[in-house]
Amino acid sequence: MEVSFSYLDACLGVLVAWGAIGVAGLIRPRSVEFAGRTLFPLGAVCGVMLTVVAIASIAAPTERAVLPVGLPDLPFHIRRDALSAVFLALLGGASAGISVFSAGYFRKGEGALPGLLCLEYHVFLAAMGLVLIADDAYAFMVAWETMALASYFLVTTQHRIAEIRSAGFLYLLIAHVGAIGILLSFGVMQGGSWQFTFDAMRSAHIAPEWASAAFCLALFGFGAKAGLVPLHVWLPEAHPAAPSPVSALMSGVMLKTAVYGLLRVSFDLLHGVQWWWGLLALAFGLGSAFYGVIFAAVQTDMKRLLAWSSIENLGIVFTGIGLTLVFQGCDMSALAALALIATLYHALNHAFMKSVLFLGTGSVLHATGQRNLGRLGGLIHRMPWVTWLTLVGVLAIAGLPPLNGFVSEWLLLQAFLFAGEVPQAFVNMLLPVGAAVVALCTALAGYVMVKFFGVIFLGQPREASLAGAHDAGVMERIGLLWLAGACIALGLLPVQVVHLLGSVVQELLHVGPGDWGVDGWLLAPPAARHASYGPLALFAVTVAVVVLGAVGVRVWFGRRARRGPAWDCGFVRLDSRMQDTAEGFGQPIRHMFEPFFSMQRELPTPFDALPRYRVTVGDRIWGLVYAPLGAVVRGTAEFAARLQQGRIATYLLYSFVTLVVLLALVL
Amino acid sequence: MTPLRIVTQLLEIAAALIAAPAFLGWVNQCRAWLQNRRAPSVLQPYYGLRKLFGKDVILAENASALFRFAPYAVFGTMVAAAAIIPSMGTGLPLSTAADAIALVGLLATARVFVSLAAMDVGTAFGTLGARREMMVGFLAEPALLMVLFVAAMISHTTSLPLIAEGLTTRALALYPSLAFTAVAFTLVLLAENARIPVDNPATHLELTMIHEAMLLEYSGRHLAMMEWAAALKLFNYACIGFALFIPWGTGTEAGGPAALMLAAPLLALKLAVAGAGLAVVETLSAKLRVFRAPEFLATAFLLAVLGLLVYLLLGA
Repeated sequence: MEVSFSYLDACLGVLVAWGAIGVAGLIRPRSVEFAGRTLFPLGAVCGVMLTVVAIASIAAPTERAVLPVGLPDLPFHIRRDALSAVFLALLGGASAGISVFSAGYFRKGEGALPGLLCLEYHVFLAAMGLVLIADDAYAFMVAWETMALASYFLVTTQHRIAEIRSAGFLYLLIAHVGAIGILLSFGVMQGGSWQFTFDAMRSAHIAPEWASAAFCLALFGFGAKAGLVPLHVWLPEAHPAAPSPVSALMSGVMLKTAVYGLLRVSFDLLHGVQWWWGLLALAFGLGSAFYGVIFAAVQTDMKRLLAWSSIENLGIVFTGIGLTLVFQGCDMSALAALALIATLYHALNHAFMKSVLFLGTGSVLHATGQRNLGRLGGLIHRMPWVTWLTLVGVLAIAGLPPLNGFVSEWLLLQAFLFAGEVPQAFVNMLLPVGAAVVALCTALAGYVMVKFFGVIFLGQPREASLAGAHDAGVMERIGLLWLAGACIALGLLPVQVVHLLGSVVQELLHVGPGDWGVDGWLLAPPAARHASYGPLALFAVTVAVVVLGAVGVRVWFGRRARRGPAWDCGFVRLDSRMQDTAEGFGQPIRHMFEPFFSMQRELPTPFDALPRYRVTVGDRIWGLVYAPLGAVVRGTAEFAARLQQGRIATYLLYSFVTLVVLLALVL
Repeated sequence: MTPLRIVTQLLEIAAALIAAPAFLGWVNQCRAWLQNRRAPSVLQPYYGLRKLFGKDVILAENASALFRFAPYAVFGTMVAAAAIIPSMGTGLPLSTAADAIALVGLLATARVFVSLAAMDVGTAFGTLGARREMMVGFLAEPALLMVLFVAAMISHTTSLPLIAEGLTTRALALYPSLAFTAVAFTLVLLAENARIPVDNPATHLELTMIHEAMLLEYSGRHLAMMEWAAALKLFNYACIGFALFIPWGTGTEAGGPAALMLAAPLLALKLAVAGAGLAVVETLSAKLRVFRAPEFLATAFLLAVLGLLVYLLLGA
């Protein structure tokens, strides 16, 4: 078919449009209506166009271009292939919903001018898009840095609050530590040719040890961006500090650029995947998943809970990457295809699920002014739209059929079932244990989400001021509907999604994925063991039973319903404080997994006039890794500071000694 | 989609719906006999359901639409689960749409809806029950998944009817891994269905309740649906156990209608023995402190993982 335009040009056009919209925000920076009614919806339309173009282009052949931007000898190379297209579709789809939501969300009092927010937001989107289509290390790093800086400014929107400033600093610090890792990885991969285009890296021949070094550096660098334990410490600080749409964008889309980067490095730029790389990724992935979910269960701030949940989900994605690497390294391509599709599907799902949840918390924050779970409750009566749409996200992320979270979990568990056929015997033992950990994390995710939804939206309001909460506006509802609808669509139509993702598998693993659909509605991976999943049929049967049950009961018995007081067990004065608190809901996890937490307890004594009980749950990794590192850095800096004596005589002496040494070397 | 398959499917759903309360009644009978009491008749749960359906519903003032919808959702997922478990026959057309992992997912959906509805009214008992139910669930669900994994690895499929068929056709050999997972499965069954030693189904002390605490606010037809769903859950778990560990007698497709007709009395016999066994276990055990329930379930989880490792080491 003759195309009159290239898909790559269309994607580039969307990115340029985003940049233009961002700059347009500076025309009238103080006007909320301009940003909210015109610019953000335009950005959303661009996002939808990007999704459409990306989906249409997944099966199309690779396109390349060279942009005249950049240094004279180092222009930007860009390329669109199937892997980029999938992640571009993710970027466009998730950002469209978030942009529509932001159109209604950003009001005065966010700490920055609306026009400035518009600029930072759209530059962030454009930078992420450029990361996904960059074809040389220079363009990639420039886009990566822009992405980090734009998101830093977005995170520190309310920069007058000291906590938010320090959260932003920590975020920037770890982002740059990761960027160093990525840069070094590119440096290793150019293999002596000193050409930093990805094509040069693809054709370079590097020894297996150097390839392993490049992979480890890439895992470090991209893991820092994705929030892999132990480089995760910035996530629970930065996501709550940022405004909710920004948190959604960071959690939903930015973390996936790290996944894209690792996939690009492992399968495209490096040749000869070694199977033990997969074990490394698997170990870190499973560790992050478990660590993230148990910490999420004990949080008392709704956005920190979601941030830790993001760490868990990215852990599961990295587990999938690890599994793919193990299978590919052992030349089991069909199974690697299964694992890769599970990974990509989970990344796609998480973008939409987590965005719904973060945007829901944004609406709650605007309506109530509260982030603390101990001051929320009963919002289902005041905010029905937000509640029911957030429920879709909650059920999806808990991995319940027939929504999308279950499909990716199903595919991943099917991939794990094959782990027993790997040639290495001890890997045979370890991988099914990995499956057990994944199952445990999924069950714990259900626990966390019941806590999240139940404490915020259900029950009785824990504060009197919650009676004044108002539901979300029109734009916010449309944004939430778009994202929740995507969750439902990804859940009920897995065959079509897998069909699209098959092109990526073809490109990266050089194996045809085969026909995964039976009659177009039953998902049956040909590599899997006689297993199939048909969510539409399952959903239809359940709905049929529910409807028949409701109608049957109504017809045969038809009794009425009336209201009365709740069961109080004879205790007359029940109030909202007697409900379970967020701390209470996390208590079983704290009790069972105590070694992982560092807890400070403040216990009341019998002599206190106002007895207070407080428990603060902290991250042990701070004390084990970061505090000693920080002490070493500070010690080294103070030692080096001794060089700065502050006397001119000493500095002249330094210059003289340097001159003498250099003369001695040259002569 | 042969007529036999459609008949098998509908028969299984009908059998589950009709027989589940009777199974519960039988377990109560056996318990009463063992405890030297006189039990109500085996049909008592049916009388209870009929009574409840005929009563008005009283909703708490704070109850929302989620609370009113939850009993139907729970009932629907339990019936969907019953539709894919091969209790009488293995020719189930719906099992292609949902395999063992989806079955665990359906049970998890029911658990989440029950917990959310319990948190909806906003009293101390409901939220306490929800927290405890999720605590039991987050360890029981992976244990059940591991048990199904072992069976799936032995039979090279995750579809429950095919697992049952595969285990039937093998020689009557003892699989060590299945022995481990049988113990784990029994522990999970006790925990998930609110049986002693994890939870006392006959208690009326709210602070000792796990499952019952979530039902405190329901009345009328909602309570009837929830109780029926609970009976269905026990029936489903028993049938999963039969399919994995005692699959002989299930009507395979090769057997035709005759095998299907034979399967019904065989299922009744299996349920009678299982119900008596359950009553014996409940009578001989004491209820655990709630803080000890995670240890109980962790044992189940570890036994299931052990079964998996035994399978990988021994190949059987």
